[in-house]
Amino acid sequence: MDTAKNYLFSDMSVMLARSMRHHFRSMDTIITATIMPIALMLLFVYVLGGAIQTGTDNYVNYLLPGVLLITIANSIGYTSFRLFNDVHRGIFERFHSMPVARTAALWGHVLTSLVSNAISVAAVILVAIVMGFRSSAGILSWLSVAGILVLFTLALTWIAAIPGLSAKTQDGAIAIAYPIHLLPLISSAFVPTASMPGPVRVFAENQPVTFIVDAIRLLLSGKAAGNEIWIALAWCSGIMLAAYALAVRTYKKHA
Amino acid sequence: MNTQNKSIRVKGLRKSYKELHVLNGVDFEVEKGSIFALLGSNGAGKTTIVKILTTLLKQDGGSAEVNGFDVASKPESVRLSISLTGQFAAVDEILSGRENLVMIARLRHLKNPHREADELLNRFGLTEAAGRRVSTYSGGMRRRLDIAMSLVGKSQIIFLDEPTTGLDPEARLEVWKMVKELAQNGTTVFLTTQILEEAEQLASRIAILHEGRIIANGTLAELKKLFPPAKVEYVEKQPSLEEIFLAIIGKREMN
Repeated sequence: MDTAKNYLFSDMSVMLARSMRHHFRSMDTIITATIMPIALMLLFVYVLGGAIQTGTDNYVNYLLPGVLLITIANSIGYTSFRLFNDVHRGIFERFHSMPVARTAALWGHVLTSLVSNAISVAAVILVAIVMGFRSSAGILSWLSVAGILVLFTLALTWIAAIPGLSAKTQDGAIAIAYPIHLLPLISSAFVPTASMPGPVRVFAENQPVTFIVDAIRLLLSGKAAGNEIWIALAWCSGIMLAAYALAVRTYKKHA
Repeated sequence: MNTQNKSIRVKGLRKSYKELHVLNGVDFEVEKGSIFALLGSNGAGKTTIVKILTTLLKQDGGSAEVNGFDVASKPESVRLSISLTGQFAAVDEILSGRENLVMIARLRHLKNPHREADELLNRFGLTEAAGRRVSTYSGGMRRRLDIAMSLVGKSQIIFLDEPTTGLDPEARLEVWKMVKELAQNGTTVFLTTQILEEAEQLASRIAILHEGRIIANGTLAELKKLFPPAKVEYVEKQPSLEEIFLAIIGKREMN
């Protein structure tokens, strides 16, 4: 046991380097994870933004939190996709028959999701600043935003890992991405929920993405965020812990 | 009975998948430095035995020792002694050939991963293709890389699960040559196959797995004795299609 445990971090960094190459060598991945969210932000601000009433004078400021969550949600299908391939093409069997820490292979994919999303999120924020995004938030608020985004990424990544590890077909593995893509669209990401009809509004106001968007929006506008933050954190941690437990169980069983 | 001379000892091995009894008490031993072929039709349980011996699967009953270590209680020590080449080439298609080898060398915690990779690339005739992504490799090249990856770190015992399935005759001869070289250098080779000629060409000992049991186990000469004594008959020897194919290809290369 000792031999493999001693090398856990070096093994994990080898796995991370491998899976980051998968990210950067796939044009499709970079377009979906980084370019599409930026295009969406341009579309909403310069095409639709003029007609959207949010009660704020700067629509980029209103829009950015939602776009950040969409950026993360967009990339999540690739974790399922890459895990599915590793299970079904025998790569995991090779790793598991070697003196390699057993969880290193799984964590390599999770860390890749974190690192690649951090890069995409930074790119989106840079473009937003060019488009006129301004924030009066202090360093502590920015750190809180980063923390919420990391938790959100981990929560979605662990959810995505479950079908990636257990699905019988590739289509089945990546199907999880579609409902996750939809969630930010039916939230306060683009327009205030008050403008939505009854049932849609009830759903939008009570689903996690709205709480997370609202919390980030308050933090970035330099306002003291109260309950929103705690509800957002509770959602993220709850989903993350449940999905983590299930994903690790699935990993032990299937991979 | 000297345990020091045995690389693998299997006693009364049993494994069932729900109602399906795959292994019903399998016994055999493999001499150090020999080539041992496990012969059986599809679904006979060859891969199940390989998975148990390489610590990927737990047996229901019986015992198995690899390099003197019990597979169930000392999996870490077993993994330090072995390498597995599974039924499907477990190579990373997005990485180059060299990157695949360096990755495995890092996971085996070797001091000089790049030198190890270059040596193997050279030995397996992959130096020219080393920088290319594996997705551009032919089936034979993939298998060669796959086996090269199993030789990183010079494990004492190599498991080859149907190493020539899906290969063309030329590539199959190449694999046979590599396996023979391995054994000459003192590596123990455990090989499964459904191709009788492969066992005949390579193995110093052949075991036949049928309905979950080893029904015959011995050298080729010993197995031949199980049949009625040879009768002298005069039969016109027709070349097989494989011989014709290889002869034509050989001629074309000479021109």
